[in-house]
Amino acid sequence: MDERAAVLDLLRENARYTTADLARMTGLDESVVEETIAALEADGVVAGYTAVVDPAKLDDEPVRAHVECNVTLDRETSYGDIAKRLAGFPEVASLRLMSGDYDFALDVEADSMGEVSRFVSEKVAPLPEITQTVTHYVMETYKESNHRFDAEEGDERISYSP
Amino acid sequence: MSETPLQPSDRVASVPESGIRRFFEVAAEMDDVVSLGVGEPDFATPYRAREAAIDSLQRGQTSYTANKGMVELRERIADHVTRYGLEYDPGEEIIVTAGASEAIDATFRALVNPGDSVAIAQPAYVSYEPGVRFAGGEPLPVETRAEDEFVLTRERLEAAGAQDAELLVYCYPNNPTGATMTEDELREVAAFCREHDIAVMADEIYAALTYEGDHTSIATLPGMRERTVVFNGFSKAYAMTGLRLGYALAPPHVIDSINRIHQYSMLSAPTTAQHAAIEALDNCGSDVEEMCTQYDRRRNFVLARLDEMGIDCFEATGAFYVFPESPWPDAGEFAETLLQEEQVAVVPGDAFGTGGEGHLRMSYASSMDDLRTAMDRIERFLE
Repeated sequence: MDERAAVLDLLRENARYTTADLARMTGLDESVVEETIAALEADGVVAGYTAVVDPAKLDDEPVRAHVECNVTLDRETSYGDIAKRLAGFPEVASLRLMSGDYDFALDVEADSMGEVSRFVSEKVAPLPEITQTVTHYVMETYKESNHRFDAEEGDERISYSP
Repeated sequence: MSETPLQPSDRVASVPESGIRRFFEVAAEMDDVVSLGVGEPDFATPYRAREAAIDSLQRGQTSYTANKGMVELRERIADHVTRYGLEYDPGEEIIVTAGASEAIDATFRALVNPGDSVAIAQPAYVSYEPGVRFAGGEPLPVETRAEDEFVLTRERLEAAGAQDAELLVYCYPNNPTGATMTEDELREVAAFCREHDIAVMADEIYAALTYEGDHTSIATLPGMRERTVVFNGFSKAYAMTGLRLGYALAPPHVIDSINRIHQYSMLSAPTTAQHAAIEALDNCGSDVEEMCTQYDRRRNFVLARLDEMGIDCFEATGAFYVFPESPWPDAGEFAETLLQEEQVAVVPGDAFGTGGEGHLRMSYASSMDDLRTAMDRIERFLE
């Protein structure tokens, strides 16, 4: 594994590893680790760092929905154009173009079901290219970004073994 | 006690209790212990292997298997060990056991006559010496040293008088030191064993956890296959310790002898574990790779932190242990005080026999979070 791949792999595992620990784990100099991270960021490979939050543990649990969108294209409008318009809304947490029965998949997050519904009906559905939306509300999240929310805590192993 | 006819045999009475037991009892009373004292992976068994075990249970596959293990499993083992250049016939040269430990114990009993001298490369896994004694043999410790990076050399074998031994047992990659042996180093040991007509028991349970270069098995060296029993298993590489499954590879007459003991004592290795092992060999190679990657990072991390603290430690290249020098001359006292004051569990090296004095075994089979916490606490303790 080259430096870039090794650092990226570790950051994807835990973005909060200090550069000193990254250096220890990879055997690279700390300055090399810092340069590698800077390059990954500059190249846009690493677009940002966020926490993986278990929504059920929040006092005010946000409402999430997975929204399927069908669109119709014309000579002047591409998928990219529509994506740009949709991605601009802060309610849209993720946006993907899909193969199969529908075109765009949106993850929409807001404070209440009402807010999500209004967002879809007032902001998404009225766009001229959108022909249909189907909204699925998330009922429970068990795993996200490789983190299990239902995992049992603790080390069951005996503390001394040969 | 003395009134009852239930008395331990002299043989059992001659074997002392494990050196780590008192630590275990102290730690069991404490909260918040971060343990580097654990001799097993912190990973769960690969998910697919667990699913295969569950499937086999649901299908009701819970009867005994052939004494030597399921044919399908032995065939896969035969195929698997070719990666180390080992060629063994699944019908006659492989036996599946309840952990490599059972295979090792049965092999001592199969090969050792009363009074036979059995050379044991030390520091070593704690079961060899009792195993030799239970079989009626005489353990002969062969000390390996930090300055040789804990590899076995002709010089150390001669110094211990191993030329008169009937049998040599060793473990590389090594528990507790993390040492590995290169092919050249093994050639020297192989030559010594051929010269003095010594049989070899090579415990290669950590073979898959070799971080620098490739693992070499002594049985692949000229004139060694016929005098060697190789041990391996699923506990360490596949994180299957609790499933208890290992195996021995040896010429047919030796497997026959081991099987003579195994068939009367164990009958067959756990069936559920054998189903899990088939899946492990078929489909869990990438899990092993991922675990190795993680161990290697942790190894680098721990070695770097120890070095920064000024603790001397040779660069361990296998298993999941480092074996630094104890910052205090008395490693037992250091381990005990560290546990009391900072709740970090490490094992004093003398628990693993001669050559281990003044050292500590630290296992890095723990999460990065735990390793960081442990290293921070050790650093604070030393200040």
